Amino acid sequence: MSQEKKQNNIAFVIGASSVGTLIEWYDFYIFGMLATIISKQFFPANAGTAALLSTLAIFAAGFIVRPFGALVFGRLGDLIGRKHTFLLTLIIMGGSTFAIGLVPGYATIGWAAPILVLILRLLQGLALGGEYGGAATYVAEHAPAGQRGFWTSWIQTTATLGLFLALGIIILIRSNQGVEKFSAEWGGWRYPFWISIILVGVSILIRMRMSESPMFTKLKSEGKTSANPLKESFGQKGNFKMVLMALFGAVMGQGVVWYTGQFYAQSFIETVCKIEFIQSRNIMLVAILMATPCFVLFGWLSDKVGRKWIMLLGMLAAVLTYRPIYQQFLTISSVQNRADKIDLTKTVASAVKVKTDSKEATKIYVTQNFDTAYTDGAVFKYTKTDTLQLGATYNALIPIDALNPSLIVSKSAKPNVVLEKILGHADYWSMIWLVFIQIVYVTMVYGPIAAFLVEMFPTKIRYTSMSLPYHIGNGVFGGLVPFLGTLIVEFTKTAQNPKGDSLAGLWYPIGVAAVCFIIGLIYLTNKMDKNVMD
Amino acid sequence: MNTIKKLAGYLWMLISPLLILFLLFEANQKITTATAAVKSNVILQWVIILLIFTPICIGFFIFGKYATAGEYDQLPASSEEV
Repeated sequence: MSQEKKQNNIAFVIGASSVGTLIEWYDFYIFGMLATIISKQFFPANAGTAALLSTLAIFAAGFIVRPFGALVFGRLGDLIGRKHTFLLTLIIMGGSTFAIGLVPGYATIGWAAPILVLILRLLQGLALGGEYGGAATYVAEHAPAGQRGFWTSWIQTTATLGLFLALGIIILIRSNQGVEKFSAEWGGWRYPFWISIILVGVSILIRMRMSESPMFTKLKSEGKTSANPLKESFGQKGNFKMVLMALFGAVMGQGVVWYTGQFYAQSFIETVCKIEFIQSRNIMLVAILMATPCFVLFGWLSDKVGRKWIMLLGMLAAVLTYRPIYQQFLTISSVQNRADKIDLTKTVASAVKVKTDSKEATKIYVTQNFDTAYTDGAVFKYTKTDTLQLGATYNALIPIDALNPSLIVSKSAKPNVVLEKILGHADYWSMIWLVFIQIVYVTMVYGPIAAFLVEMFPTKIRYTSMSLPYHIGNGVFGGLVPFLGTLIVEFTKTAQNPKGDSLAGLWYPIGVAAVCFIIGLIYLTNKMDKNVMD
Repeated sequence: MNTIKKLAGYLWMLISPLLILFLLFEANQKITTATAAVKSNVILQWVIILLIFTPICIGFFIFGKYATAGEYDQLPASSEEV
């Protein structure tokens, strides 16, 4: 085959594999990003068992089913081949995502809704567990020796681009529809699920045109495929020790750096820094877009200097700089030190609005907005709501200021204050820069890892052997970043400091990345296996 | 370097059971302090975490054991040697 034809062939292989993997990530993310609405529609808070199902959907899909999917589909991929296996995972993922968008809410079909959504979410996790290992193995087995890092790094971009696509589509629909229409039972939040079927359909057509991996085909024709990939992967000391080293010396740290940079950062900006919904997502979108080429850069670089040092440097940088970065997030979005910047010409307080409770006619909510504008373009919006219990039904014709005070039976001790911040231009870009740095760390640890894992294991059990550590590292260690981060912040709450140390949650990713860095430093080799035809 | 690999192996073997104990302690504390309304949910969360992390900690222990036995002194040069 001519050089040009070879290049075209590998480009097609990369394109076809990447599109499918990107769509699988998109499918998986939209559920997480719409979790609040999904939980409201399918898992109502006042129904105890529904909350249990909600926990199962969130926890089990990531922590149990993903590694289980890695075992099931990894085994299948080593037995029947890569192509058909990752075609199957794509169909399962696409079908279950589309179906989630069709399930009526709890209000319409009751218990069937959360049960159906749980089953579909578990199928999503199962499919994701099988997809990545197949795509990475397939691409690596097509890539020429000495360029494996570069070519597999395209697959690595898909996880981040999937996040970008999911964020973009959700923002677009929500901005067009408005919050209320978007969040209704059959509202716009369902569209991202329905769009998935088109993307998956196209991807299936592309993948059907692909041929089986040349290495697997050769192995099969020679009758050398594994009879029992699970036993050979985890039952033989020689291979199992490499699985353990891959997990504790590379993937565990990569997982936490990945989740911190892409998910914890977003959650921190929104819930701790209180940056407005659309602006916080725009910060993520721009940073992701700017940093994504670095996946390919570090993949390419890993072919020149080895995989180990790039991944370890990414982990070390994360360990050393996470706290300063997040401290800077807090400083940028802080109300303190802004007093001299208040722009009184644009600072306004809205008229008071009164809303009567839908169930109790004597209960009213008194809301007022205070928009504080600053000279740097920032606007901090405070919405204060007092709950008043009246002695009689509220007469909407009487202005609240003219209400007889003796009518008020009780008033909420503390008003409910919602704070939403829109940053000025300079601070907005500072935020983007800080997220960008974290995503560069993600590209350092994640860009070379597919090539690193592929080169570690022999062809006949590669799919199984690399999938399990990958999904434990990402699904379990990475997936637990938000939960354990929140838990650690809880530990720091005291009577003197009821809010706790908002940076304490970072100790989990810092600790895991530090241990992984030490293990990687001591045990990993920087040598690359040029020949993966074994 | 091989000596460091072996010595560190003992550390990993020590950390593994401590991690399991820490998780059990935390699970117990969180479950006992949870309010009745969320108790079953908290139990479920911690059961899942324990179910997942216990085998991982056992894996970490085995990793340490292999390290002390010198299994990582000479790593395979290619996947063919695995």
